[in-house]
Amino acid sequence: MPALIEVAHLSKQFKEVRAVDDLSFTVQQGDVYGFLGQNGAGKSTTIRMLLTLVKCTTGTINIFNKDLHTHREEILTKVGAIIEKPDLYKYLTAYENLSLFAKISGVNVPKRKIMEQLEMVGLADRAKSKVKTYSQGMKQRLGIAVALVHDPELIILDEPTNGLDPQGIADIRNLIIGLSRNFGKTVLISSHQLTEIELMANRILIIDKGKKIVEGTADELLDPAKTIVEIDTTDNASAIQKLTTSPWNKFLLSNGGRLQFQFNRSQIPSLINDLVGMKIDILSVQPRHSLENYFLSLTTAPHVEAAAI
Amino acid sequence: MWKLLQFEVFKIFKKPRTYIAFAAIAAIVLLIQVALLINGKEYVKFMLSSLDDTLDIPYTQIRNGYWICFAMLNLLLIHVPILVALVSGDIIAGEANMGTLRLLMTKPISRAEMMLTKFLACVIYTIMLLIWMTFLSLVISVVLFGTNDLVVAKEAELLQIEKVDVLWRYIAAFGFATVALIVVAALSFLLSAISENSIGPIVATVSIIIVFTIMSEMRIPIYDNTVKPYLFTTHMLGWKGFFYIKADEDGQTIRGSIQNLPAIMKSLAILGGYIVLFVGSAIFIFKRKDILS
Repeated sequence: MPALIEVAHLSKQFKEVRAVDDLSFTVQQGDVYGFLGQNGAGKSTTIRMLLTLVKCTTGTINIFNKDLHTHREEILTKVGAIIEKPDLYKYLTAYENLSLFAKISGVNVPKRKIMEQLEMVGLADRAKSKVKTYSQGMKQRLGIAVALVHDPELIILDEPTNGLDPQGIADIRNLIIGLSRNFGKTVLISSHQLTEIELMANRILIIDKGKKIVEGTADELLDPAKTIVEIDTTDNASAIQKLTTSPWNKFLLSNGGRLQFQFNRSQIPSLINDLVGMKIDILSVQPRHSLENYFLSLTTAPHVEAAAI
Repeated sequence: MWKLLQFEVFKIFKKPRTYIAFAAIAAIVLLIQVALLINGKEYVKFMLSSLDDTLDIPYTQIRNGYWICFAMLNLLLIHVPILVALVSGDIIAGEANMGTLRLLMTKPISRAEMMLTKFLACVIYTIMLLIWMTFLSLVISVVLFGTNDLVVAKEAELLQIEKVDVLWRYIAAFGFATVALIVVAALSFLLSAISENSIGPIVATVSIIIVFTIMSEMRIPIYDNTVKPYLFTTHMLGWKGFFYIKADEDGQTIRGSIQNLPAIMKSLAILGGYIVLFVGSAIFIFKRKDILS
């Protein structure tokens, strides 16, 4: 796959703060590229530089094999974006917002297409309502429609699930996955909702204090053999007792009466079958190994050390 | 650029705040017109009381649509800048505050083009405001009070302009006032480019105009030849020059004449220079600005 975004040695200095420090990464065409970092890690500044909102101090950005600095307008015609909150014109209707942004996106968008976009994000029946009457989730969905209305090849989403309820988060996630799978769009998405990134992204970059910590595919970054599975039953103490004599005992973690295992993710179905066979009533199964553990181990360890010193 | 201009003008006229200025002008003008319809004679007497002994024109002849329009322009053109700043001070800073500026700047529009278009939208709003003011203060006044010769006081001098010689002067005066108000729009536009909320630029514009107007009006020798000639507020009232008609040796006014056309042209050039300076600075600053809102 050809590279769609190539960032090389990117840095941004805000007076005394180095927000981004010698950052390099590549996004391939068709990727859902997860951009992870704690608050203040430099994600939004990097995204703002990719969208020319913030000027880079040093480094180069090439998008669609063209230098962003010299081909800005040409590149932005093929990019759709949401940066943090989807702030739109509150005194205009959803249709007016979408129609206006479509007009200035450099491509002709027919009215039919605008309505299709509103339908896609589930806002067709509220097309004529002013945005000020919308909930946060509706604004977020409208923001996505604005980002997509001109059919961009590259979609850049900075924290698109911020402030959404679980259903809203799931809707946005499905939309992004659909855009990638069904329409071949390339998506760069930043979030601190780590489990969300895990569910969507095929490639992941983790940054901290403006620096790249690690970049790779989700499979490369995660070790499935170290998945932590937490199980809740109607009687955990009795379940632990029964398990001590079973082969699962060696995976059992000692955790204050809670039923926790560490093993390969693929073994979860066998464990559940065995627990059912032992007449243990299961209330919930939660695999907790995830990018979150990995992410926290990478980004918090140095802080803990520093704090200890 | 045309699409972007449509976008900007559409946004301006979709905001309820925009109509405050139109409503304020309508309220002031209509109140004055009603008052003059009822107590016009007394008002004319009061306004020309210092010239009472020399005045040989009947009051009813002085109180006509043209005279009322002149009186209202004197009053309104000092206060309209505040109304202009309401929109132009908000045009960038308001978007930064609302968060829409960053979305706008992710679109394939150059920063200079966006700034120029936003400024043009302010100019269109200013022109619309003046057209509205012209309609109310000139057209409605002429309909209500009729037309006659226009009597204008210039310091201790009284000038009488024949009614057939008045209309073109109003057209020229409104044209001049448009340029003067565009300077105000350009100033608040510049302040808007460096601010993150719209209240700051609006208040700052009004404050600058108040300070400069006071300096323009002060009769202090140290300012007269140094600062005053360069303040835009000194030149903003240059529209009155179109009504200062020449008189011949017998004291008869000369139709179609203006006492000091070069002074009017000089004021226009200075105001034009201010527009270029303010808008140019706004574009220069904005092009280098990191959008962090």
